[in-house]
Amino acid sequence: MEAYPLVSATGMLGSGFRPDSLDKAIELGARMIGCDAGSTDPGPGPLATGQCMFSKAAAKRDTEVMLSRAVAAKIPLVIGSSGTGGGDQGLAFMLDIVREIAREQGLHFKLAAIHSEVSKETVRAHLQAGKARALPPSKPLTEADIEDALHIVAMMGAEPIQAAVDAGAQIVVTGRSSDTSIFAALALMQGYAPAVVWHMAKILECGAAAVAHRLAPDSMMAVLHEDSVDVFPLREDYRCTPQSVASHTLYENADPFDLKEPSGTLDTREAKYEAISDRAVRVSGSRFHPDPEYTVKLEGVRQGGYSTMLMGGVRDPFIHADLDNWLKQLDDNIKIRVGAMVGNRPYEIVTRVYGRNGVMGALEPEKAVGGHEVFILWDVISPSQELSRVIASSVSHLAVHNPIPKWHGLISGVAFPYSPPELDRGPVYEFHLNHVLVPDSPTSLFCTEFEEV
Amino acid sequence: MASGQTTIADLAVLVRSKNAGPFWLTIDVMFDNEVAYRRVRDNEVINRAGIARIYGRDPADIIVVNHDAALAIKVSFPRPQSSGSKYDSDVYGGQQYAPLLSLPVPD
Repeated sequence: MEAYPLVSATGMLGSGFRPDSLDKAIELGARMIGCDAGSTDPGPGPLATGQCMFSKAAAKRDTEVMLSRAVAAKIPLVIGSSGTGGGDQGLAFMLDIVREIAREQGLHFKLAAIHSEVSKETVRAHLQAGKARALPPSKPLTEADIEDALHIVAMMGAEPIQAAVDAGAQIVVTGRSSDTSIFAALALMQGYAPAVVWHMAKILECGAAAVAHRLAPDSMMAVLHEDSVDVFPLREDYRCTPQSVASHTLYENADPFDLKEPSGTLDTREAKYEAISDRAVRVSGSRFHPDPEYTVKLEGVRQGGYSTMLMGGVRDPFIHADLDNWLKQLDDNIKIRVGAMVGNRPYEIVTRVYGRNGVMGALEPEKAVGGHEVFILWDVISPSQELSRVIASSVSHLAVHNPIPKWHGLISGVAFPYSPPELDRGPVYEFHLNHVLVPDSPTSLFCTEFEEV
Repeated sequence: MASGQTTIADLAVLVRSKNAGPFWLTIDVMFDNEVAYRRVRDNEVINRAGIARIYGRDPADIIVVNHDAALAIKVSFPRPQSSGSKYDSDVYGGQQYAPLLSLPVPD
């Protein structure tokens, strides 16, 4: 079987890479360029708002380098999970960039845009047909979950990308896709073994993250063989070691040995990692277990009210020593005051105490204040921004004068850095779907549009 | 902890935490030599009951995996709340590993 070289431009479109690295990959015969442009790492915001986590300038620069090389070399380019969240707005953001670059540089190609945003009706139909399953630790999907969603995306496997390439697309820009499908799609079409392909894809999806010491994001190359894959970075000062490549299966996965894909599970227990030079590693021995049921993961976000935030510091050691009681007393006073103002309208105050457990919350084993300052962040959350602000302005007044038994007289116990101290933070979003659908076919949830650019 | 006692921080070359999707948290403890890795692994310094106690979780929810090829020990468990939701305070899950640094490692 002929070797199949391919390249991942960088781990996250918009984070950057050296153009030289991609040029070198093309010289080495890369048959496709792939790049992941999405993530759930930055939380529910990007999917909820449609905003990319990177600026247009950052995304455009990386896309420009990839697109010009792919068109010149006449090889496919696959960009997955557009605009961070992969919803229709994120896809439109990426497509506009691609068209703009093509116009500016006079590039021409067949473009495929694969949508992954799914309608509530589609998800409801799968739920009613018994074709929705919860992933741990979530509860079964409900009609209310679907109704509450602002946006729902389905995470495509390799098949919709393969169908687009089969139809003649050279540049494939997708909504939410699994990170690995971007790199697996074309290699599977070439007939390489699924175990080798999916393990390769798992290594490539984060670009140069699998090198021993990454100084800045960059590209990563893979060369597929019949029963193994060679991986190496393109920057001369980077190197892969067996340990650095093996370690990459740990990254952002709950389980490093069983890596779930829509069509099955990559089992890396028996994988071998051998150095074949001082900077390249050969990977072999993984297995791929096809699942009897093809599943597509959903990601969805909903809004839970609006927040007005309030932040302040406390330096008084007597307040620190009695912080729980001081906060409880404040809470009691807030309930009385807010009840008198707004009656039974629902609201919630989330209090984070930095200097104690602000970072770890419920996971923090150290329960006492350790330093000489604490920083308190209050989030007042209610169904409207106006109500949250009304409540927050009372919270700030009650907090600053909240007494402690040590001092006899009116105190000002919170140092606010701003005036006014309240800041409207806007909508509060939440990921609320952690479920898979069993689709009619691997492509049935995705809609592809073609365009001659 | 007795002073002078060897800890995870003394032996590991990388201890990190991160989201594994919006609903899970995962912690990697990585070594650069077999001796240090096996010393921590074979003494079961990082174990489900201990992790559950430190983080206030149910032991049944904790996954601990020893990865010999990577010289790494991995711990995963569901987040108390999803990434970036109203009660969360670490969107990337990147600052949840510190309590493991001072775990004592027997010889």
